[in-house]
Amino acid sequence: MEKKKSKSKLDSTGNECWLLNGGRTLTFSCITVFAILVRVMVSLNSYSGAGDAPKYGDYEAQRHWMEITLNTPAKQWYQNSTVNDLTYWGLDYPPLTAYQSYAHALILHYFHPESVALITSRGHESPKGKLLMRWTVLSSDVLIFFVAAIYFVIVYYANRGKNKQQDMAWHLALILLSPCLILIDHGHFQYNCISLGLTVGAVAAIFSKNELVACTLFSLALNHKQMSAYFAPAFFSHLFGKCLQHRNPLLRVLQLGLVVLGTFILIWWPYLYSVDAVKEVLSRLAPFERGIYEDYVANFWCTTSVLIKWKRLFTTPSLRLFSLTATLLGVLPSMIQQIKAPSDQGFLYALLNSSLSFYLFSFQVHEKSILLPLLPATFLALEEPLLFRWLTYFALLSMFPLLCRDHLILPYVALFILFVLIYYIPGSRPTMNRGNSPTGLKKLVMILLLLCSLFLHIVYVTLRPPPKYPFLFEAVIMLVSCSQFVIVAVYSNIKQWMLDSSTWMNKEKKVQ
Amino acid sequence: MEEFAWFAGIATCVKLLLIPSYRSTDFEVHRNWLAITSSLPLSNWYSDETSPWTLDYPPLFAYFEKFLSIFAHIVDPKIVDLQKGLNYESDSVIYFQRISVIVSDLCLFYGVYRLSKSLDIKKRRMLWIMILWSPSLLIVDHIHFQYNGFLLGILLISLSFLEEGKDLIGGFFFAVLLCIKHLFAVAAPLYFVYLFRHYCKGGFVKSIGRFIMMGIAVGMVFAISFGPFLYTGQIQQVLQRMFPFGRGLCHAYWAPNFWVFYIILDKGLAFLLAKMGFNIQTPAASFTGGLVGDSSPFAVLPRVTPLATMLLVVLALSPCLLKAWRDPQPRMITRWVAYAYTCGFLFGWHVHEKASLHFMIPLAIVAIQSVEDAKHYFLLSIVSCYSLFPLLFEAKEYPIKVLLLLLHSLLLLSVFTSKFGKRSSEAVGESLQRGKSDGKTSKGQKAAHEVDNGAGFVVGWVGMIYLLGLLVIEVWGQFLQPYLLGTERLPFLPLMLMSMYCGIGMVYSWIWQLKWIIKC
Repeated sequence: MEKKKSKSKLDSTGNECWLLNGGRTLTFSCITVFAILVRVMVSLNSYSGAGDAPKYGDYEAQRHWMEITLNTPAKQWYQNSTVNDLTYWGLDYPPLTAYQSYAHALILHYFHPESVALITSRGHESPKGKLLMRWTVLSSDVLIFFVAAIYFVIVYYANRGKNKQQDMAWHLALILLSPCLILIDHGHFQYNCISLGLTVGAVAAIFSKNELVACTLFSLALNHKQMSAYFAPAFFSHLFGKCLQHRNPLLRVLQLGLVVLGTFILIWWPYLYSVDAVKEVLSRLAPFERGIYEDYVANFWCTTSVLIKWKRLFTTPSLRLFSLTATLLGVLPSMIQQIKAPSDQGFLYALLNSSLSFYLFSFQVHEKSILLPLLPATFLALEEPLLFRWLTYFALLSMFPLLCRDHLILPYVALFILFVLIYYIPGSRPTMNRGNSPTGLKKLVMILLLLCSLFLHIVYVTLRPPPKYPFLFEAVIMLVSCSQFVIVAVYSNIKQWMLDSSTWMNKEKKVQ
Repeated sequence: MEEFAWFAGIATCVKLLLIPSYRSTDFEVHRNWLAITSSLPLSNWYSDETSPWTLDYPPLFAYFEKFLSIFAHIVDPKIVDLQKGLNYESDSVIYFQRISVIVSDLCLFYGVYRLSKSLDIKKRRMLWIMILWSPSLLIVDHIHFQYNGFLLGILLISLSFLEEGKDLIGGFFFAVLLCIKHLFAVAAPLYFVYLFRHYCKGGFVKSIGRFIMMGIAVGMVFAISFGPFLYTGQIQQVLQRMFPFGRGLCHAYWAPNFWVFYIILDKGLAFLLAKMGFNIQTPAASFTGGLVGDSSPFAVLPRVTPLATMLLVVLALSPCLLKAWRDPQPRMITRWVAYAYTCGFLFGWHVHEKASLHFMIPLAIVAIQSVEDAKHYFLLSIVSCYSLFPLLFEAKEYPIKVLLLLLHSLLLLSVFTSKFGKRSSEAVGESLQRGKSDGKTSKGQKAAHEVDNGAGFVVGWVGMIYLLGLLVIEVWGQFLQPYLLGTERLPFLPLMLMSMYCGIGMVYSWIWQLKWIIKC
């Protein structure tokens, strides 16, 4: 609708650009305010592990980290001690998460000291505490993810032609109202908005040719959640490819490397006093002692385990090697493409490919990690509307069991409908790439798949699985989602390479 | 149509998301009515006193509850259990009642759709944004809990028929509305005059015939709704419940209307006279306590009786009635009805702040007609939505109400400038932005300057300062007063300030509407 408004402005006034500028501010603020409103409404719901003693869930984990960071010195955050029992939600994210917890703990301590008191606050649950915790997520989201998203949209559309106002508004709305991210951060309770927001900022910085800023932001993202490493191959190969095109490649690599190193040193400063301390933190970040997969995550290992019992056939170290090899092999094509011919568009595909490869093949993947591939897919919403829509549907499906456990079915349904409505904005549809709109058999298969997934939702909520296979429905959901993720991964890898060849063809034409 | 569904769909998503939010006692009131109508025979509906929340809406609404209770019984029989269901708060009852409001909003959708189908696309979108996405309706119906969307939908259907010149159906729907909620009766004199003059015209025989036709249509509605109670001898009881004059002049939170100023004047005079040495007795009853007994709450000024308020409403209505008598025009009817409800709101007895919806929704239809109307609506809708803020007092809903209002004003600004503001829209956006950040009047003056230049949509510096005042009052009530004075001292001050300040806006709107009605 916001788009339509800007459209109607266009209609009524021709194209006086000052008006468009005024209109854009207003349109963007409407979308932003609506996105905040939706987040606040979702946050009214329950969070993960509410009332579920003694372990609770992610909410308690985040709260516990606040408690620990507030009451112990930084050196002890990753150390087992009498006050910091690492078996009870020990800190297992990099230091930036710890600092963020500390900052939020200060706020909580000011308004509601009981909720972050040492030891006594374990399992603390109160309406006021919940509200404050929710607001810390909301404020981080607005301050980091929103700002980054607006920055991205402005930069991404900076050199596009007509109708861009509409596309911009549409794209911004889709980024800010991504149902998965909202449900996980403001329903389930996590701070993905920070690491993803930093990544969005880094991508936008690359688009605006600020590679040093991009390096800093991405290093920060890596230091907030190690899962950001899903994007690392894409960032590395793209920046490396660009460096090679630079007048002085070595110097450029050195520059970028120093920026990354500097950011890391700054963040890891409290632990750099000894090698052991660093190792201690690192061992917390890489939980290799856990299995190759948990629960029913829709990745390669878990899905194929229906046929091949990986965990029984191989030892954990050999599985570690397998997954590393598979991930690298999956990432390799898109990396080569980016090193060979780094381009902005190719970079987005590379982000998608590398994060999907990590999601499918890496060690210890969580359902929530689908948020990472979803982010570059959202960037590609204009070029690859179908891919984006498809990935969102099945990402949602793959997280459905998790969200059911958190009692988030209602916001799930509402946000799903909202997503579809915004995607199919009536009247002036954005100038989407219609080249790959499905026809014939393909369309039929897609409709069948959608109906099947809809059916799965209903079955999952209403029916009880047969006692012999208590996780039958989870397994089916996992199978369906995983197959779609694989298809998307294959498709987008091909697209990335086609992009390359088409640019080559263009160059050849120019030469001729 | 596709676009209309899109707007309605977005609104429905928001409504779904609001299901877990705070709900007032009205939720239990309506649950109890479900139980009463489901488990008791019709003759006991209006005499049951199991719960303090007795049935006090007219019979058609009771039938509506009866209809809902059939489904409620299927969903969870405990909902409609008179005893066990008391203060029932399980998910089933919450989902059932919330979704019943969402579904009954289809009536509102239909009303808006009927009204907007002959408009051009831009006006249509404006209307949809103003009514379908009305923050006041979301706050009152989908958070606080009531069925206003359903009721206002019927009013809109009635108005849409009147605007088309189909007076008989319009009159019929208004009769239905009256039998669902009698608070809408404020516009009844206007409807009567209008229908009498507009519908019952022509020759003597024709007009008599039409009068009888209308009488039959309206009479039928009343017969169907009140007949069964007349038959069972309950009519006395029904009427007693419907008109509880035992309640005070003002509600616990004063609706921002004329009586606020009356009370303030009384307090001021009492204070002054006491200072001057007169012996003023402090009234036994207070206004902030809700229900008021027989003793006069006024120290100096004469006591206000329900009859006096009624006379005042009719007096305020009279210019409009006169206009309707002289020149009954279909294109004016919505404006007149909105004015009638404004009068009822300003001068009525025991007015709820929620009653501002009764004129805000019809005024939305008027607002798309001219830039002057749009300006008026912009101010008034913000004021009336703001005056609903005390309904939601819990911290978790605080950001929701603020964001709803903010989004609404941004959307209005956006659609109004795109519709009306060709030259001066930038000035508005700028003055609003700057105004919000630093509150200097220089930008406002620039905006005022723009008014002289062209007929664009500009809020103007008076309006801007007034709206900024709202912000000041909100900041004072929420943050500064607890900080400076503590929570103990003057606990009623923030609400009193709100009532007074919003009251100024309401009185302004009333005068503005009156002027417009007299003018054309």
